[in-house]
Amino acid sequence: RTVEPLEYYRRFLKENCRPDGRELGEFRTTTVNIGKCSCSITTADGSALVKLGNTTVICGVKAELAAPAVDSANKGYIVPNVELPSLCAERFRSGPPGEEAQAASQFIADVIENSQMIAKEDLCIANGKLAWVLYCDIICLDYDGNLLDASVFALLAALKNVQLPLVTINEETGLSEVNLKQKNPLIIRKHPVATSFAIFDDTLLIVDPTAEEEDLATGTVTIVTDEEGRLCSVHKPGGSPLTGAKLQDCITRAITRHKEVKKLIDKVIKSITPK
Amino acid sequence: SLSPGDTSVLAGLYGPAEAKVSKELPDRAALEVLLRPKVGLPGVLERSREQLLRQTCEAVVLGVLHPRTAISLVLQVLSDAGSLLSCCLNAACMALLDAGLPLATLFCGVTCALQPDGTILLDPTARQEQEARAILTFAIASSERKVLMATTKGSCSVEEMQQCLVAAQRAANVIFQFYRDSVRRRYSK
Repeated sequence: RTVEPLEYYRRFLKENCRPDGRELGEFRTTTVNIGKCSCSITTADGSALVKLGNTTVICGVKAELAAPAVDSANKGYIVPNVELPSLCAERFRSGPPGEEAQAASQFIADVIENSQMIAKEDLCIANGKLAWVLYCDIICLDYDGNLLDASVFALLAALKNVQLPLVTINEETGLSEVNLKQKNPLIIRKHPVATSFAIFDDTLLIVDPTAEEEDLATGTVTIVTDEEGRLCSVHKPGGSPLTGAKLQDCITRAITRHKEVKKLIDKVIKSITPK
Repeated sequence: SLSPGDTSVLAGLYGPAEAKVSKELPDRAALEVLLRPKVGLPGVLERSREQLLRQTCEAVVLGVLHPRTAISLVLQVLSDAGSLLSCCLNAACMALLDAGLPLATLFCGVTCALQPDGTILLDPTARQEQEARAILTFAIASSERKVLMATTKGSCSVEEMQQCLVAAQRAANVIFQFYRDSVRRRYSK
């Protein structure tokens, strides 16, 4: 396994299964913990912890107030930031964010923008004067492949958990008053879910790769779908060429996965709401 | 340098050259892509584009023929009037061709914009990109027109994506003909 990893994998792939016992199209067990009780960060406005097999990703959302930009006076901001600290895998060193972290941050920002999951107009409190800024920090605690899927899932779960206090602007003083007693949940319009595939030897597609599989793969594809079956993002950063038919196959599988993930999130949200 | 319309990108390729010990790979060439925007310092967007370009080039360059070397591709954006990523892809491929590196296949970049009324526009200008519902960029390989790289901005339905892909594959023929003409012109002197 350590001397000739590719040969070791090929032997399994010939039998249409993988070393950890999964089928080629099977996902690892997904668990998600949302909110202040069962998980995570009590100082954040919304948080979620997602485990996809061994890959553990935590997302914390903090809401702050700021003045909106001059050219879009009725829009707030959502700022995602993906961090891959050196504790999650030995190949990440401490220091400025590496290429992988920056590319992942850009990917998450694109997903938020493309899927319109939160309308930035909803984040505006007073036109031109005050708007919410949502800082979404996605931190990987254990990297075992398939970072993008877990990050998107954690982001979605954390945003569902966010409660924003009501803010009014006092007409006389012009200052904002934050009412911490009255909280409203964030309006999430779309629910994007990412599905990642690894390409082996130009032909074989496997779903939900582990870190080992990602290293041996000749390419990766990530497809983000929303509940209407629309594609929010097709991310295939180079790697082996794929025919249109194979891409179509990935998309159909991504749509099926979306339904499973949506069911899981709904179940978890329902279990924490009656409080 | 490549300029479709007003978008202009200058590509410089250095390699295969000696690699630093920390960066060298024992069995293949280490590819590095640097994308410099026209204004400002490179940010997260440039990094993600560099990653796309790097992995596309890695899939195409036969790195195993030059182990423990470094190949650096530097792209400077001279002007941006839409379809920037596909311009970078085309510039990168032509630079690889010009340098004479061993390639498994050629590739070309095509950008499709999906307009609000559903029509597909190839190679959109900056204005058309802003009005479009979705922008899809594909890198199409020259062997069997397979998809080497795909990126989307904005959401679209699955059928629309397939239509864009087919349109992009057809446009790839035009671009590959352009490559042939350029190379012929260069070497016929």
